[in-house]
Amino acid sequence: MAIYNIQVNGERRQVDADPDTPMLWVLRDTLDLKGTKFGCGIAQCGACTVHLDGKAVRSCSLPVSSVANASITTIEGLSENGDHPVQQAWMEWDVPQCGYCQVGQIMTASALLAQNPKPTETDIDQNMSGNICRCGTYPRIKKAILSAAEKGGSNE
Amino acid sequence: MTLIKTKFNRRSFLRTSALAGGGIVIGFNWACSPGETVRAAPSEWFDVNAFLSIADNGQVTIMSPNPEIGQNIKTSMPMIVAEELDVAWEDVIVKQAPLSKSFTRQVAGGSGSIRSSWTILRTAGAAARQLMINTAAQQWDVDPKTLTTEYGVVKNGSKKMTYAELASLAVMTEIPEEVPLKDPKDFKIIGNSKKNVDTDAIVTGKPLFGMDFKREGMVYATAMRPPAFGLKLKSFDDSEARKVTGVSDVVQFGDKIAVIANSTYAAMKGQKALKAEWTSDGKLENTTDHDRELRKMLDTKQDTPRRNDGNVRGAFANADKVIEKVYEAPFLPHNTMEPMNFFADITDTKAELIGPIQTPEWTQGRVAQLLGREAASVTMDMTRMGGGFGRRLYGDFALEVAEISQKIKKPVKLVFSREDDMTAGTYRPASKYKFRAAIKDGKLSGYHLTGAGVNSGSVTRENWFPAGGIENYKVETHNLRSNITTGAWRAPITNFLAIAEQSFFDEVANEMGVDAVQLRLDILERAKTNPVGAIDYDPDKMIGVIKLAAEKGNWGNAEAGVSQGFSAYYSHNTYVAEVAHASMRGNTPKVDKVTCAVDCGIVINPDAAINQIQGGVVDGVGHAMYGDFSFVNGTPQASNFDKYRLIRSKEAPQVDVFFVESLNDPTGLGEPSLPPAGGAVANAIAKATGNRVYNIPFIKEEIIFG
Repeated sequence: MAIYNIQVNGERRQVDADPDTPMLWVLRDTLDLKGTKFGCGIAQCGACTVHLDGKAVRSCSLPVSSVANASITTIEGLSENGDHPVQQAWMEWDVPQCGYCQVGQIMTASALLAQNPKPTETDIDQNMSGNICRCGTYPRIKKAILSAAEKGGSNE
Repeated sequence: MTLIKTKFNRRSFLRTSALAGGGIVIGFNWACSPGETVRAAPSEWFDVNAFLSIADNGQVTIMSPNPEIGQNIKTSMPMIVAEELDVAWEDVIVKQAPLSKSFTRQVAGGSGSIRSSWTILRTAGAAARQLMINTAAQQWDVDPKTLTTEYGVVKNGSKKMTYAELASLAVMTEIPEEVPLKDPKDFKIIGNSKKNVDTDAIVTGKPLFGMDFKREGMVYATAMRPPAFGLKLKSFDDSEARKVTGVSDVVQFGDKIAVIANSTYAAMKGQKALKAEWTSDGKLENTTDHDRELRKMLDTKQDTPRRNDGNVRGAFANADKVIEKVYEAPFLPHNTMEPMNFFADITDTKAELIGPIQTPEWTQGRVAQLLGREAASVTMDMTRMGGGFGRRLYGDFALEVAEISQKIKKPVKLVFSREDDMTAGTYRPASKYKFRAAIKDGKLSGYHLTGAGVNSGSVTRENWFPAGGIENYKVETHNLRSNITTGAWRAPITNFLAIAEQSFFDEVANEMGVDAVQLRLDILERAKTNPVGAIDYDPDKMIGVIKLAAEKGNWGNAEAGVSQGFSAYYSHNTYVAEVAHASMRGNTPKVDKVTCAVDCGIVINPDAAINQIQGGVVDGVGHAMYGDFSFVNGTPQASNFDKYRLIRSKEAPQVDVFFVESLNDPTGLGEPSLPPAGGAVANAIAKATGNRVYNIPFIKEEIIFG
């Protein structure tokens, strides 16, 4: 075990963990931030997506020891009142079915819009294809992202 | 207006608090969403019946009795109650009900929640509304029949009393014996899209799911299970596992080994450090063996066919042409995005279980049996489920965690890794079909279907389409026994039967030189006007969706470069027809769009219904294209998403949905759009490429996909 000072949602947090512990489990079990989901553990499904210095990364494959001074944003820190344009678009299009993958989808989509505020459908397909939704909400996810982009969706 | 007796399940309409059974309230949020009117918090709630309570500020809490699996009944079931109660939807707060005898069929399965609860939910709302009217009538000393209601207000000419004002008196008023139900033409909430009541909690990452459940003092467990079907535990060495930081215990239960730790990750790491030896517990089966045995069965007569109309042997003997095709599909894992998990706290005096479960009541009984206790002493609370698709019908994970908690005497949450989830499944059975058609004088004179599946019971639905529409008609089914666990998987049996059948009709139409839609309509016309034998479907409704899909999908008038495929299927009491539109990308076909026509009776929540149908189509297209799972020596050949392919965003078609307008009682939507999707895609691919796909996954057909 070792002590790590990591920055999560704008706050310094001290955690005691084995160096190989994935950020996913530090967030969920240690910091009790349950928004980030466990899906596959091998960076194949995207359910655990968080932002690392603004970029979408798979927290299940990000050891706590590798984070250092980078800033982590989870769904709990994406917006103060759940009103990030991407979250609002998700509500407007009522995207979720079971809802389990949607946090990961939103984190990937919000990172995409921050970097590319006016993505084409092809951009969306390429960027969103790392996030699996077994319920098949992809058509709505696409519509929600386009709608968020239309309204200036990067929140920046 | 219909009058309905409140007696048929009177217990539900008596004044009991549904939360008395120890229900948990997860994701319940008092805070108003932006833009919502801020009102005073309620100071007192009055339990009107098991389904609803009314507060002194006019808010209404409605319980959603069934497990929420993504089918959105947590919104649509309370909508039905609110409609008959006659309140504004904005005043409704929805809560997940606990498992309780006050409710019936608390199951998520068979697309049956709405269909089987429709009348009960309406009666619950209507009984409460009548209670408000009767209470107001007493206050005003008038005949209740002269009173009306609107948006939570009882009216007597210009005089008004709100439900909020009446609630404290109403709970002391006698429950009405008979109550009126609304005429569906007067529905105000039903038929108007309402947002999923949990969307804001979902998109803000609130802890809604079983995986998110945490209890003070709880430990985490993972379990190592036999790596192959046909193996049992011989011995194990846990010395390395116990060295893992955070691991507190390792316990054997049955042929499994549980690793107990203070975090999920430590338990998973401990599981990886376990060394176990396994020994034979039966045959180690291979997919290649199943394939051979199933094919043999397709050429075997069933002693007593499932159905045998007319003279099939004669029809084939006299045929001008016989068409025979075989279609094959593998096992499939469910792959809910939330892996299996469950919480249990078993002590000498209590048995508390909480988690994602499609069958809370049945599982409660099984846990009670395992513990040797009365079912009533086991509490079972439902969290939101990160998908189910049939996997969470089985409750094996709840039994496991109950056993672990009993052994270690601690509250514990059992978590499956994706690998555990995919390799210890209850798989969609592998199955194969042989279809034969006899053509005589340009007509379909004989039809013979033989099906065979692994641990699947009957793999045919002999009284559905095309039954009744073909003079000489025979259906046979075979079951191959196996030690691989199989079970219900979204649209059980029909999830492949429909693909095979609807592909075959396309081929028959081609051979006969008739339009694929017209062939179906001709068969249905016969089934409608002069059916051969008994049938379990409504040809008129099937004709309705076929015509609507053909019209909206522009059947027969594809744009340049687009190939269309048609499919229609009845399942779970709902009728769906689909037109798939495919185009070539280089040498490979891509499904761009699916047009879908649906007859599910009254549509409760249109936008959510469309979401379900779209999802079912995407899921159906995905598993037809990519679903692949096999066994070698009893061992699953894929264990995570690096080797198991699910459809992704770039592969998903646009899905356009159209409903047949109907005032019939509603039927379910969780499954029915899935079965026809794969057939529509197969038929579009055949048209686009000139080659027919016969095996799931289509993507493996090298002649088409390279």
